[in-house]
Amino acid sequence: MAAPDNIDAPPILTVEGMSVDLKVPSGMLHAVNKIDFSVRPGQTFCIVGESGCGKTMTSLALMRLLPRSAKLSATRLNFDGHDLLSLSDHAMAELRGDRLGMIFQDPMTSLNPVYTIGNQMEEVYLRHRKSGRREARERAEFMLQRVGIMSPALRLKQFPHQLSGGLRQRVMIAMTLMCEPRLVIADEPTTALDVTVQVQILQLLTKLQEEFGMAIILITHNLGIVARMADRLAVMYAGKIVETGSALDVFTQPHHPYTQGLLRCMPTHDHGAPATRLGSIPGIVPSLVGDIRGCGFANRCDYVRDACRTGDIALRELPDGAAYRCVIPPDEALARPAELATP
Amino acid sequence: MTDATVKAVPEALADGEIVAPSPREEMRRRAKSHIGLIFGGSIVTLVTLIAIFAPILAPYDPYDQDLTRRLIDPVWKTGNWANILGTDALGRDYLSRLIYGARISLMVGFGAAAIAGTVGSLIGIIGGYFGGRVDSVVVYLINVKLALPGLLIALSLVSIVGGSVGALVLILGFLTWDRYAVVTRSVAQQLRGNDFITAARAVGASQTRIILGELLPNVMNQIIVIASLEIAIVILIEAALSFLGLGVKPPEPSWGLMIAEARNFMFFKPHLIAIPGFAIFLLVIAINMAGDGLRDVTAPEGRN
Amino acid sequence: MLRFILGRAVMLALVAVTVSFIGFGLLRLSGDLAAVLAGETATAADIARVAKQYGLDQPLYIQYLDWAGRALQGDLGKSLFTHEPVTELILARIGVTIRLAFSALLFALVFALPLGVIAALRKNTWIDRAVLTLSVLGQAIPSFWLGLLLIYLFGVILRWLPISGSDTSWHFVMPTITLGLGTMPALMRLTRTGMIDVLSSDYIRTAWAKGLHPLSVLFKHALRNAVLPVVSLSAVLLGFLLGGSVIVESVFALNGIGLLAFDSIKRIDFPVVQSILVFLSFCYIFLTLISDIINARLDPRIAL
Repeated sequence: MAAPDNIDAPPILTVEGMSVDLKVPSGMLHAVNKIDFSVRPGQTFCIVGESGCGKTMTSLALMRLLPRSAKLSATRLNFDGHDLLSLSDHAMAELRGDRLGMIFQDPMTSLNPVYTIGNQMEEVYLRHRKSGRREARERAEFMLQRVGIMSPALRLKQFPHQLSGGLRQRVMIAMTLMCEPRLVIADEPTTALDVTVQVQILQLLTKLQEEFGMAIILITHNLGIVARMADRLAVMYAGKIVETGSALDVFTQPHHPYTQGLLRCMPTHDHGAPATRLGSIPGIVPSLVGDIRGCGFANRCDYVRDACRTGDIALRELPDGAAYRCVIPPDEALARPAELATP
Repeated sequence: MTDATVKAVPEALADGEIVAPSPREEMRRRAKSHIGLIFGGSIVTLVTLIAIFAPILAPYDPYDQDLTRRLIDPVWKTGNWANILGTDALGRDYLSRLIYGARISLMVGFGAAAIAGTVGSLIGIIGGYFGGRVDSVVVYLINVKLALPGLLIALSLVSIVGGSVGALVLILGFLTWDRYAVVTRSVAQQLRGNDFITAARAVGASQTRIILGELLPNVMNQIIVIASLEIAIVILIEAALSFLGLGVKPPEPSWGLMIAEARNFMFFKPHLIAIPGFAIFLLVIAINMAGDGLRDVTAPEGRN
Repeated sequence: MLRFILGRAVMLALVAVTVSFIGFGLLRLSGDLAAVLAGETATAADIARVAKQYGLDQPLYIQYLDWAGRALQGDLGKSLFTHEPVTELILARIGVTIRLAFSALLFALVFALPLGVIAALRKNTWIDRAVLTLSVLGQAIPSFWLGLLLIYLFGVILRWLPISGSDTSWHFVMPTITLGLGTMPALMRLTRTGMIDVLSSDYIRTAWAKGLHPLSVLFKHALRNAVLPVVSLSAVLLGFLLGGSVIVESVFALNGIGLLAFDSIKRIDFPVVQSILVFLSFCYIFLTLISDIINARLDPRIAL
């Protein structure tokens, strides 16, 4: 766990009832379905789930970078005192890259191939700080040093294709931190990288968080990364948050059958048993098109009962801000893992 | 680091995507709703039918001259239905010539495309499949072809061998193979490493068999799409050559030649150039639309 | 850089030699050139004399080497028709053709770039469809017919523009439009597809995520990448325009190299025809090399 859970500070980001709907030929696809969460300053909040669960749509929605076919709605969407829903495009653009930054999955394609690293880093500072070129260059050099890049002056003159994937992701991070954002959304920031480089990048993120004090929303499908980084986490499934809480609570006392399934697939030691994939949970993810009734996990769940198939499943609140979305009461849910140990 | 990953079961359910119906079904659905394909395809079919049934449809012999009935105006000026589109400077019925002209355009267009498609695709597949030196030769051939000023070569060749429809088919066929070669070459390059090619080689299939039996069917879609667009280009070139007097020879009713013959009268009989020109324009648009439609329907990922 | 240029240069030199051979050989395939030159009433002795006079009695490769050797020194022989040196004939006419080709390309780009960008930004709206329709129309209209229509409209009915010759800049207006309209569709489509591809790329998403001004995202980040292929196509098209101006030059009686080639083809003036063929091929080869170099300068990923 990277930083103490700083529960007293007011949240920097509050999301309530946020949905993202995509228009597709066969109807309306509910990619994100009425999710709630909040992130406090300096905190690392992980959103974990399999691909297609809506986690990337969530991150793009927070940046207001959704594709044109997508419709965003929420009862509350507040970042650092700004209502992200009513903000004009212009004001939103001023926020992005300044107070709110994003790191993308693939560093190989996320930098513009025809401009130098320096040019691309400096333009963020020039735009948001209205500074002079020299100041921007100094800032870029400083940031490259912060992300552990040797000879920054040289790197600034290079083009993206002259750098390795790991270096490029460091550049992406440095670029995102140019204006010291309060919140950084990192969407699978290490997935495209070699395993050894992955560790370095995660260590770097932790170090930079201590240094600059920004909050991080880390989006990943990798539970190892969650265990390593998260203060709090949300497990997403079929567009909904099915379980949320502090990393310690969720990892030690998972309530939702899906979360339990995920954790069961995770090796207990860092270099322990070979990775098992969630593919071993039988069944398929339901189509998210049209009205969804009951629990999205029902057809894969070992504990499915009639109540799972109808109506909205209510959220069950637990102490310490944790919650899970299942018809099974907490004591019954907690009794399960032992029984599951021998499938 | 641990590597417990959460993996989606249905890959197609990535963000913002939905599970698609079968490709063939999808293709049919797209074809039915593609206005350009329907419109272009209908006109091409119509013109083809007109060309085939020209002897039945044409009211007069397109070669019959009647110097007493020269330059008659079309029906909308005279109200006389005997010569619906009037007559040309030699008293020949314009509608009949227009109808027979469709034959020349289509024969040259399809004939040249057949030759160019065969030659170009073979060259391209061989280069892409074998690679190495063979491919260098293919690249060299393509470069030579591209560097030659095609129109001037065509004009020179026609001036040497004369402007029969057969000669034009051959000449234009050998001057328009490059695009087929470029595309099939790159497709063959992508395919050569694929499992089904390796498998064919492993069971001892001959090179000829692999090329004709495995590679060719896989590039057929692309070849058809290129052909549809090249037919249009060839029709335009034939018209231009005939217009310049180095294409189809008089008294054949080529649309390009009809425009050339009407050029001297264009200032007081503009319909004489407007009608055949519009016929070329319409046919070429229809073929282009049908070709674009085919591409959209067969390879929607390549559409923009 | 040097290595890249050398590699290209070797291929292009090979192509150039082949092209020169084709250009040289083309008219000699027509049969007995000497007989044609000597005229229909010539006796066998006349033909033999003519053959000797033009060196046509020598083996073909000797004739070629002889011609190529002199061509390398700038001596392309004399016209059989006007007896002027071919080099002078070409130099006297090339200015008109270059002027026409450049203005047509400029005309095409001035419309193609903004329209392509707008279509990409408003993908699948009526603006996009209008631009695509325009490109289909532009591709389908026969250039000689368009030329005649323009002459009829602006030269005859409105009397705004001169209809033939190359004396003033006004004389170039209609030829430029005619040739430019035919060139525009390819450039427009390429700009549009390039822009659409780039706009959906990850680095454009990054640019938005950085909160850059929309104009900066569009022009600094997107357009620069989208025009890379347009630049190389422009250079290649310029090559085509130089060789493809035959039709337009003949419609508007523009005294350029295309018209010279056309007239020379008609009167079997082979020293002129072969020289122009080779000259235009070399222009094309040179322009493709230029386009490679420009592209390498614009795109840092291409290591020279």
